[in-house]
Amino acid sequence: MLYREAGDFKTSYQDDSQTFPITFDRYRYYAVLAIAFGIIPFLINDYWASSILVPFLIYSIAAIGLNILTGYCGQVSLGTGGFMAVGAYACYKLMTAFPDVSIAIHVVLAGGITALVGMAFGLPSLRIKGFYLAVATLAAQFFLVWLFNKVSWFYNYSASGQITAPDRFVFGYQVTGAETTAVAKYMICLVFLTIAALIARNLTRGMLGRQWMAIRDMDIAAEIIGVNPLKAKLTAFGWSSFFIGIAGALFFAVYLGAVEVGEAFGIQKSFLVLFMIIIGGLGSIFGSFAGAAFMVLLPVVLKLVGVDLFGFPTDIVAHFQLVIVGGLIILFLVAEPHGLAQLWRVAKEKLRLWPFPY
Amino acid sequence: MANSMKDTYEPYVTEDGRQIGGVLMEMKNITLRFGGVVAIKDISFDIREGEVRAIIGPNGAGKSSMLNVISGFYNPQEGEVFYKGEKRPPMRPYQVARLGIARTFQNIALFDGMSVLDNIMTGRLNHMKAGMWKQAIWKGAAEREETENREAVEKVIDFLEIQAIRKTPVGRLPYGLKKRVELARALAAEPSLLLLDEPMAGMNVEEKEDMSRFILDVNDEFGTTIALIEHDMGVVMDLSDRVVVMDYGKKIGDGTPDEVRNNQDVIDAYLGVSHD
Repeated sequence: MLYREAGDFKTSYQDDSQTFPITFDRYRYYAVLAIAFGIIPFLINDYWASSILVPFLIYSIAAIGLNILTGYCGQVSLGTGGFMAVGAYACYKLMTAFPDVSIAIHVVLAGGITALVGMAFGLPSLRIKGFYLAVATLAAQFFLVWLFNKVSWFYNYSASGQITAPDRFVFGYQVTGAETTAVAKYMICLVFLTIAALIARNLTRGMLGRQWMAIRDMDIAAEIIGVNPLKAKLTAFGWSSFFIGIAGALFFAVYLGAVEVGEAFGIQKSFLVLFMIIIGGLGSIFGSFAGAAFMVLLPVVLKLVGVDLFGFPTDIVAHFQLVIVGGLIILFLVAEPHGLAQLWRVAKEKLRLWPFPY
Repeated sequence: MANSMKDTYEPYVTEDGRQIGGVLMEMKNITLRFGGVVAIKDISFDIREGEVRAIIGPNGAGKSSMLNVISGFYNPQEGEVFYKGEKRPPMRPYQVARLGIARTFQNIALFDGMSVLDNIMTGRLNHMKAGMWKQAIWKGAAEREETENREAVEKVIDFLEIQAIRKTPVGRLPYGLKKRVELARALAAEPSLLLLDEPMAGMNVEEKEDMSRFILDVNDEFGTTIALIEHDMGVVMDLSDRVVVMDYGKKIGDGTPDEVRNNQDVIDAYLGVSHD
């Protein structure tokens, strides 16, 4: 068996605390990176980019963000759509106000602005927990969407109320605007996702991540040990919103190009990302990827199977999709609350001992 | 040990060779109320450096409330807390933790979703200084600090003999081991004062013996001052240097185990007294 732990001895604590302690995992990770950066860009076409890869990459960033807050720190949030809107509008305002600055910097700044907004809406989390906090973040969702609709300064007083991304370039390649190539869209999202995932992984395996998980698992004991609940919760809200803001900015600028806030960042977006981390796995970076891939691929696969293979009408397949997603979420909550990531872990544990389970 | 020792507050050496120093923590006239209920009524006592101090009493006597006052959960309405010779202002529990006071809970309060190792590492919180940004990059200061603290944690793991369950999620462990992991988490903080709230509750004789040995070893090897609440009188009398006895929120006895055992108020509280 290639996949094994036996004989893979660690001689230092650094080795033991690395992201992929098992050699095979590490090589697989390098292989995935090599394929993502070295092979896919040469094969990609518009269909793959716009219907699968780019949304997958962007939703992965958003799912990582929400997973930090909900999966690691245990604070339920239904405001993801609203925070993505903050990222999008911040990016738009920055792009139009400072056209000479690189879009990459704008996206990061948009994440920073979203982090501040997220922390502000995270303040009630010190007093309220669980369902009540979820309702408070739901209020943030509706308030933010209303704000971006109502105050025309945010969309530069355009008649349609939409925001449209102007053409921008990174290293000479166009990444926003109508003429952007599939490769450019894919690459900028991939770079942001890779960095976001690395940062998220480092944070969650270090002391900050342990503080978040301590707050999630038992907040009283966490405080007794020395975790400042205010700091832990606000940093979780901050980092979470930072990634969600970046996802929102990319979603608007790179993926859609033009956005109407209620349509693109409504409550259904909050639920979509929440479903991703529930199905993928709460408290797992890999789960964020798995959930995003699942939710992006599901409609595509259903359409392939339903419409192209069996010849069902499109609207019936679309309705089936809702039913299947709903059913799956109930199934996951009952059977495997830790999601796809847990299934993956269990499969790995089995593989490690296979074919001799004892 | 000789009775005269405890009144003078001169450092002395116990019969088994441990060094007992000056006063580490002093509670002065503590009164704690919850609305109309008086949980603790005008209690004063002190904890000396290096000693094992027990707080005992019948159910509802206010022992856990006392521990919660020490660890900053409750701020008493009246009275003063002196720690290392200085008056301690009202504080949040995490600030108290920074002063070097660690504790365990009566009903285990571990982080179930995390591994044993991560649980104990969390105990090192106040020894880790690398900021959020350094942790995000990981290389350099954050990684170095992680490794250093891992070494300290491994010492605690060796000490409590829990090497085999290092990577196990805490939720999967049996009760006795959970108690031990919780002690490990508190020890990892290298506290000057360790508070144990019923460390032996719900254990069988063998586990109690193990736990007693660990408590004595902690006190002996690290010189950690220990304050504990326990119901098993045999354990309390064997382990502790001095005992505070509480009943209905009042202090009814204070002294060496022998003194307390022969105190008429204490006997009355435990065995009951006829009201005629």
